[in-house]
Amino acid sequence: MAYIQGTSGEWEMVIGLEVHAQVISNAKLFSGASTTFGAAPNAQVSFVDAAFPGMLPVINETCVEQAVRTGLGLKAQINKVSVFDRKNYFYADLPAGYQISQYTQPIVGKGEILLDLADGTTRTVGITRLHLEQDAGKSLHDQSPNETYVDLNRSGVALMEIVSEPDMRSGEEAGAYLKKLRAILRYLGTCDGNMEEGSMRCDVNLSMRRKGDDTFGTRCEIKNVNSIRFVQQAIDYEAHRQVEVLESGGVIVQETRLWDTGKGITRSMRSKEDAHDYRYFPDPDLLPLVLDDAMIERVKNTLPELPDEKKARFIQDYGLKPYDASVLVAEKTSAAFFEAVAKGRDGKLAANWVTVELFGALNKLGKTIDESPLSADALGGLIDLITDETISGRIAKDVFEEMVATGKAAKDIVEEKGLKQITDTSAIEKTIDDILAANADKVAEYKGGKEKLFGFFVGQAMKATGGKANPGMVNQLLKKKLS
Amino acid sequence: MTKLTDLTIAQALEGLAAKEFSAVELTEAHIAAMDKARSLNAFITETPDLAREQAKASDARRAAGEAKDLDGIPLGMKDLYCTKGVRTTAASKILENFVPPYESTVSQKLADAGSVMLGKTTLDEFAMGSSGGTSAFGPAISPWSGPNPAEAERKLIPGGSSSGSSTAVSARLAMGATGTDTGGSIRQPASITGIVGMKPTYGRCSRWGIIAFASSLDQAGPMARSVSDTALMLRVMAGFDRKDSTSVDISVPNYMDALTKSVKGLKVGIPREYRLDGMNKDTEKLWDQSAAMLRDAGAEVVDISLPHTKYALPVYYIIAPAEASSNLARYDGVRFGLRETGETLDAMYEATRSEGFGKEVQRRILIGTYVLSAGYYDAYYRKAQRVRRLIRNDFLEAFRSCDVILAPATPGTAFAFGEKTGDPVQMYLEDVFTVTLNLAGLPGLCLPVGLSQEGLPIGMQLIGRAFDESTLFTAASALERAAAFSHKPPFTA
Repeated sequence: MAYIQGTSGEWEMVIGLEVHAQVISNAKLFSGASTTFGAAPNAQVSFVDAAFPGMLPVINETCVEQAVRTGLGLKAQINKVSVFDRKNYFYADLPAGYQISQYTQPIVGKGEILLDLADGTTRTVGITRLHLEQDAGKSLHDQSPNETYVDLNRSGVALMEIVSEPDMRSGEEAGAYLKKLRAILRYLGTCDGNMEEGSMRCDVNLSMRRKGDDTFGTRCEIKNVNSIRFVQQAIDYEAHRQVEVLESGGVIVQETRLWDTGKGITRSMRSKEDAHDYRYFPDPDLLPLVLDDAMIERVKNTLPELPDEKKARFIQDYGLKPYDASVLVAEKTSAAFFEAVAKGRDGKLAANWVTVELFGALNKLGKTIDESPLSADALGGLIDLITDETISGRIAKDVFEEMVATGKAAKDIVEEKGLKQITDTSAIEKTIDDILAANADKVAEYKGGKEKLFGFFVGQAMKATGGKANPGMVNQLLKKKLS
Repeated sequence: MTKLTDLTIAQALEGLAAKEFSAVELTEAHIAAMDKARSLNAFITETPDLAREQAKASDARRAAGEAKDLDGIPLGMKDLYCTKGVRTTAASKILENFVPPYESTVSQKLADAGSVMLGKTTLDEFAMGSSGGTSAFGPAISPWSGPNPAEAERKLIPGGSSSGSSTAVSARLAMGATGTDTGGSIRQPASITGIVGMKPTYGRCSRWGIIAFASSLDQAGPMARSVSDTALMLRVMAGFDRKDSTSVDISVPNYMDALTKSVKGLKVGIPREYRLDGMNKDTEKLWDQSAAMLRDAGAEVVDISLPHTKYALPVYYIIAPAEASSNLARYDGVRFGLRETGETLDAMYEATRSEGFGKEVQRRILIGTYVLSAGYYDAYYRKAQRVRRLIRNDFLEAFRSCDVILAPATPGTAFAFGEKTGDPVQMYLEDVFTVTLNLAGLPGLCLPVGLSQEGLPIGMQLIGRAFDESTLFTAASALERAAAFSHKPPFTA
């Protein structure tokens, strides 16, 4: 929990998030039009999406199942009866003049998400509800000096609006919430979680209160924050702005604010008074959505292992530390990669190589785990060489770099470059004897009490063998010879 | 021989089957009638070329022994049904040049059954009205007029909103026509023009491709000159449609079987709340006579109560405009239809919608927007929905003691343009006997039973249980035989 130090005392943030997650489905929520991203403008629009006269919506069962799947993944209550409402407002990219959404009776009720924080602790954030709704189209203002163009490809695409309780207390927690939610959605296969393409969008609700206070202050809603980093930046900026207003004797006006990525500030978009009167009412074109138990049961039975369960299993089965486990399960593909590497090997060692070396290398290359230049098998092969003492951990790092650069197998690199560890006692003994003979003065000093010199002898021995001598054996033999 | 345009659909099908005449001849006779009756303004768009083409294809099918249920029958299509490649206006300026790239489910079914489309019939703009007078393309004129020579010149309304359909069918310009009924838009014009109008159970016919007025109330249905003709048409028009989530997946019976059934033992309910003070005396008399006729045919007449009837009209005029205000938001000038220019998006909306929508449509959009607004929703819309449930319960309760309900379709007979049309509340009162069914989702059939002293038709309405159109047809058929209404309007083409 991070407090903000003001001039008059400490302030606490109260944060709730509304996430719009685009449902993975081939067709839109109420029409058969395709949902593929990146098509030519208005290439994926049915007459329903364009709200032509006489057109009627028909619910897409796949989207309903995806919402149920997500609800189950969030350990939430599934409402067997939910209702679609019309949210009425005029805008050029809203063809019908209303958005079909769920207002008073959403398909999913209360649930929760467990946040994994950097210090290894966890924290539970409540989910208020999840409802299904249609996306609007897109207005393009930059195509002509005096006209606005409208692209309806997105119009009618299914979104899940996932609303959290105001349970978060810092930007870090908000970030952790989004990461965890995204991981769950990706595990479930219900949303690709791609914030850059807009398939996951986030609105932030933020208010401030004095430390120790348990009432809520007036909140502002920040819209249009399209990355986890920006969410954290927007929260940080907005929290300080609100503290400044409050401490200078002002009041927070309930309003919608826009995150300005370029300037790194939030600015007022519209006040509560200017807010639309959406005139919600049940959509008479659609019957209440009634779920049957068999469907819910079927979805429940096909739920994959989710991040929390996987994390617990990694800790249990591989002896991983909670934080390492949470890093590995954050992406389904990372977890799968790790498991492939760890299979039949030392789990901790595997986790270390995946989270430190591999993730480090991927980061440097700007690649995701799916684009890894190294397969899990290849990395496993390298770890095998460490485990069977063919190479030392030190040499292994060089081999790893070579593997990343060339794509060659660890075994081949070790073979070609002659990096095989020297475990022949007589060979190492001979090297040590040579070193001790050449450094008789240092040997004398060591024996005189300058024990630090032991490291020097080890270093010399490793240098003489090109790092290939088994470090444990070098230590052991040196100790024997010098005693 | 009877004029081809005087035949009922059933008679025409027999004639076609017996090769007494061809579909082309039948269609030509109706096209000629339309030419002569153009002053009635029954059609917004006439499609004679399409009709001739379809008639020719029909004759070919019949020659090949592949005739369908309505093969060769010339029909009018209410201009609220989207028809592929044929302008569809909803009688609104905002859709003046709208040509749908798709065909409504019901009109497609009619086409698939071999029928011939003569054109798109006039209606009140977006089906909002009870006189036909709100059409942006001028009102349809009833072929009826009073017997008083002084009144003969007076132009009477054909009812609304399916005004062009009632005009076309009663004036013998079409053998039948489609209508839509949101608060009485099939039954009221049928009653006023002396024809049969059938509003099926909500969910019986697909709404897909029919321009929406109030989605929870709108229902497509047939209008024709006999009960059996509406049964023939409904059999084709009805059926589950995956594209309409509110259409109901239950089988459509062969209504023709119901027509010849006896009404012996059938319980006919007479709702006491429908007997209004100041009710037209002729209407009241014919109501009693109709009950007596059904009793004579073997039915049992019982008194019933529908206690929440008086709330139906106010409830209807909250729910229908509320839904309409949202349904009509799509006419914004952005993607199709009329677009006026404006400096800003809002200015463009304002200009387009002010110019494109008529006064009555604007009035209902305003009412609807108001009743859904924050702070008013509970007092109006939510309360109206609750009362709607009570009205539905009234019927459920009543149908424990009767099988069909008999009541007038309208409080009076046809009136002249300008008589009530200037006063919206007077106009809304036209729907007092019809809106209850829409609120309850029940089927209703209106058939002519006699003339008023002024010589204007009076219709009776039969109300049935949900999805029990068959019993309605049985009772209506018996009443039709007993009433033997054979009057024709003074003007027929």
